[in-house]
Amino acid sequence: MSFKHKDILSIAALSPEDVALILEAAEPFKEVSGREIKKVPALRGKTVVNLFFEPSTRTRTSFELAAKRLSADVINVSPSSSSVVKGETLLDTIRNVESMQTDVLVLRHSSAGAAATLAGHVRSSVINAGDGWHEHPTQALLDLFTIQEKKGGIRGLQVAIVGDVAHSRVARSNVHALTKMGAQVRVAGPPTMIPPFLERLGVRVFHHLDEALSGADVVITLRLQLERQGRSLFPSIREYSRLYGLTAERLQRAATDVLVMHPGPVNRGIEISHDVADSRSAVILDQVSNGVAVRMGLMYLLSQLH
Amino acid sequence: MTILITHGHVIDPGRWNGEADVLIHDGTITTVEPNLHVKLEQSASLTTIDAKGLIVCPGFVDLHVHLREPGFEYKETIASGSAAAVAGGFTTVCCMPNTRPVNDSRSVTEFILAQAALTKKARVLPIGAITKGSNGEELAEIGELYEAGCVAISDDGTPVMNGLVMRRAMEYASAFALPVIDHCEDSHLSRDGSMNEGLVSTELGLPGVPNAAEEVMVARNLALAEFTGARLHLPHVSTAGSVRMVREAKARGVDVTAEACPHHFSLTEEAVRSYDANAKMNPPLRTDADVLAVKDGLRDHTIDVVATDHAPHAVQEKQWPFDSAPFGIIGLETALPLTLNLVEEGILTLEQAVAKLTIAPARAFNLPYGTLAPGAEADLVLVNPNAAWVVDPAQSYSLSRNTPFAGWTMKGRVEKTLVGGVVVYERLPGHTR
Repeated sequence: MSFKHKDILSIAALSPEDVALILEAAEPFKEVSGREIKKVPALRGKTVVNLFFEPSTRTRTSFELAAKRLSADVINVSPSSSSVVKGETLLDTIRNVESMQTDVLVLRHSSAGAAATLAGHVRSSVINAGDGWHEHPTQALLDLFTIQEKKGGIRGLQVAIVGDVAHSRVARSNVHALTKMGAQVRVAGPPTMIPPFLERLGVRVFHHLDEALSGADVVITLRLQLERQGRSLFPSIREYSRLYGLTAERLQRAATDVLVMHPGPVNRGIEISHDVADSRSAVILDQVSNGVAVRMGLMYLLSQLH
Repeated sequence: MTILITHGHVIDPGRWNGEADVLIHDGTITTVEPNLHVKLEQSASLTTIDAKGLIVCPGFVDLHVHLREPGFEYKETIASGSAAAVAGGFTTVCCMPNTRPVNDSRSVTEFILAQAALTKKARVLPIGAITKGSNGEELAEIGELYEAGCVAISDDGTPVMNGLVMRRAMEYASAFALPVIDHCEDSHLSRDGSMNEGLVSTELGLPGVPNAAEEVMVARNLALAEFTGARLHLPHVSTAGSVRMVREAKARGVDVTAEACPHHFSLTEEAVRSYDANAKMNPPLRTDADVLAVKDGLRDHTIDVVATDHAPHAVQEKQWPFDSAPFGIIGLETALPLTLNLVEEGILTLEQAVAKLTIAPARAFNLPYGTLAPGAEADLVLVNPNAAWVVDPAQSYSLSRNTPFAGWTMKGRVEKTLVGGVVVYERLPGHTR
């Protein structure tokens, strides 16, 4: 069993075997980050470019640390310092970067499909670090890794995804990842935040949080994009929080050993209450530290192809 | 100057369908009759065109093209657009006013007509704006646009959202019997949308445009047309609901015509899956059910006309990410074979398919074209209905290359096009198409 993909563009395009292989590859790298000298030579001499056309702290840092701990050379390109503002097309920007002999391009962009469109035009491996509302595959992989670590497996688990699913790349990637690996997925949110025909992706849709939480083994709460309030998706933050905010009281409907996850950054007191975010059920910081290991595993697998 | 087109299968919808010769004198049709070549004596002034094995029909009339000039000459010019038109069999094209400046004045209309006269390819008939600058607020000088040569009015691309403005436009235009065209799209409902809202947009994470964004405006426009008695033309009908409403309105006697674009009966939202911006148009590609409804509408003549919505955009613009790339595709050179597919599928007869490209659009805009009646302008196209060819965007006469049909095998090819009795297009021997 070997990994055959040049790029990681979406979870939808991966097989369950691919996903299992990535999770397996990540495992040994978790230990590397715990060492005093946090470095292995796996990607020595390789060049990784982080191209982040949208602001990001956590994901960009995670990719950067992952590449550095694999001994790759890493550079970060962000919009303020790039030539995008000068009218260069995205494709030209990428081709210019690649002309400096890069090996892995990590791309975040506000447009769905940006990574997929570019991957066809470049030799380097492209890792999608988030494209519009489409996918954020490494987030889903680190979520799977964390669930597997805490629960010992994924198959058969009841997982609830709560919030603005329509505008969430994390939700889309997690729906694909979790259903592929045999979990039962429910999503909950107001009808304005549930995209059409979502059930066809193999999930159950709820509009009342309590129903979705009932017996859940894992709850993934999504960040509420506060700026969407003016777009008639929800009447007020107050009402959203009352109806869809995860509180300790609500969480009692879930399984006693429920895991609470959040892709960050957290709006405390809105989609998740302060006490839940800091409770023993919450594994939000484990997600972040596992993110480095998963991204190391992924880059290692991709480098094996070159 | 006399031209005789011999041995062709002449299809002049409603008038002739069978083998005949066509006699043209000084740019107008004289006679359509079998075996004219036997009766006529050869003379130095008689040019004969052998159309054996070909269909001979009126030149096609396209009610919906974007020629981009003035203002966007890097996408298309009146010269390049009309060259693409005649290569696709279109001898008359009606060009939308969303140029820069907008065609909301006599001077822009006259400029377009002057450029077209220099080109001497297709007849170019301008469509004037409904409102000044197409900003949806104050009526443009519709009377003067009419006098200058505009054949219809539209704020294409920027729908007239204000119902009162549309009411007044319809009332005012009826004084000149000018058709009013409204791109039916509620711009609040469609805001930020870049493809059909449905399963595929859910999977791709692209912002969607629901069918309702089109349908609420179709409903409004039909109600206003019924109320004002105006001549309404609905462009690029793309949803099952729109087809149903037009059918009902026609049954009630509303003076409405409707058009469908080849891409809306040839492709579905599935074409967007690769994020290819060449599959991005407005209205967007819809679902199988919508495609079937559009075909049904064509079959029962709820939809009168096939029009291209030829919308050229530069290669680099279509390389932008899907959500930021501009809407639209070129269509003049692929419309014929895609329409002939409807004949293969049993949806239209060959004569009906020709009618939807010729006499039906001409009638919708009260144009004297699209017919081989004696005295009509000799605008004709010679078609080889069986020739297969592969779409190679690089061979297009358009300045742009944005087609989702690249690589498709098409059946049905334009061999020769005449405008006013002059051959304006002849397929090059080396050209696949």
